[in-house]
Amino acid sequence: MRTLTFGRVAEAVERLCIQTACSLPEDTEAAVRGAADAEESPLGRKILGQYLVNADIARTDRVPVCQDTGTAVYFVRIGRELRIEGGTLRNALEVGTEAGFRKGFLRKSIVRDPLFDRTNTGTNTPAVIHVEETEGDGLSVVLALKGGGSENMSSLKMCKPSEGKQGIIDFTVESMMHAGANTCPPVVIGIGIGGNFETAPFLAKKALMRRTGEPHPEPDYAALEQEILEAVNRTGIGPQGLGGSVTAFAVHIETAPCHIASMPVAVNFNCHAARHGEVRL
Amino acid sequence: MKHITVPYSPETARSLRAGDEVLLTGTLYTARDAAHRRLCALIEEGKPLPVDLEGQVLYFTGPSPPKPGSVTGSAGPTTSVRMDAYSPLLIRKAGILGMIGKGGRTEGVIQAMREYGCVYFAAVGGAGALIARSITGMEVVCYGDLGPEAVHRLTVRDFPAIVAIDTEGGNLYRSGPEKYKKSI
Repeated sequence: MRTLTFGRVAEAVERLCIQTACSLPEDTEAAVRGAADAEESPLGRKILGQYLVNADIARTDRVPVCQDTGTAVYFVRIGRELRIEGGTLRNALEVGTEAGFRKGFLRKSIVRDPLFDRTNTGTNTPAVIHVEETEGDGLSVVLALKGGGSENMSSLKMCKPSEGKQGIIDFTVESMMHAGANTCPPVVIGIGIGGNFETAPFLAKKALMRRTGEPHPEPDYAALEQEILEAVNRTGIGPQGLGGSVTAFAVHIETAPCHIASMPVAVNFNCHAARHGEVRL
Repeated sequence: MKHITVPYSPETARSLRAGDEVLLTGTLYTARDAAHRRLCALIEEGKPLPVDLEGQVLYFTGPSPPKPGSVTGSAGPTTSVRMDAYSPLLIRKAGILGMIGKGGRTEGVIQAMREYGCVYFAAVGGAGALIARSITGMEVVCYGDLGPEAVHRLTVRDFPAIVAIDTEGGNLYRSGPEKYKKSI
């Protein structure tokens, strides 16, 4: 049995929060560069250029890429032969998040209650935490700082199995048309297909953790990702929704087995400043 | 690129056209959802506002906290449509002549803008570190208890924005995508 201290996990998470907020990951930056080459609209190209300048300033000055430093969403894989000494894994993530948001001068955006008491908790906690147990004694913490603008435009449809591939394409394009500029395009589109009512959105979010533009390992789904990407990029929405030929950088699909009667489809958007990072301990 | 002093005259507001790229220099006021709700509640009760917004430009933003020695943290725009329930009242009763945010607006807002000569600018979302460089002063005016959602007075120099919806109803969120749309 391997042991990690609570403090070591919390400190690693603290650094991960600050790094992820202030430094655009290399895959996202490469996607922006690619879009700047491909974009047909002069204003769109100018906007994409500003994203790159913004990323440079953020990295140099250690300020957040975007003032919306988001909800802290964690995907954790913990080996069953690893023990956290001195507290729970979840609490280490919460303590690390609070410290990172305070010390990194990140914006606290979480309110205590969604309806009656929208008082800011002042710590950006609670975080959203997904834990998966694995073999071995390792710990991997993947963090996404998920902004509110793109999250607000995400949607779920309980499709009929008969709607098939075209149903998924149509629902995604409709969601994008409805979302328009509010997602801060170009976006990465995470699509979760299958599972239950609650599984599909989880899969859509998990899909956003994939390295931007990396295709699905199965050829059928990789081809569908490409087909949806091309359909979305025909909408003309473009950078910031002000018109252009690049509305999405990439489409990522994740799937799960499902009931004979069902085909849930969830679409989760990530803004152009897709901020995610990983620490392994 | 047009250099515009803020606040500006009603004539300047009416001279701007959707698609114009501008650099704003002068004073802006920040407000997000919670501040809008409070301001509109006062207007509806017939009470005076804690800040005179006549002729002013509102910027929909909630900056990240400034580091010691900095004026502000990252300070890009938030999604404007959440303000659409409140903006017509602020245009008609508080007299604002401009708004800066991101994303399209609904018909009620656009109608009020046309009637009262108010302009809507797009700032580039997700470029808050870049935009922060044009902010040279920032102070809380009211609603300090709201933290990042408080109303701040900003001093700006060459704040980059694009006229998205003008006083004639010209709308870059419609015309821009229309131009680049391909048959699906």
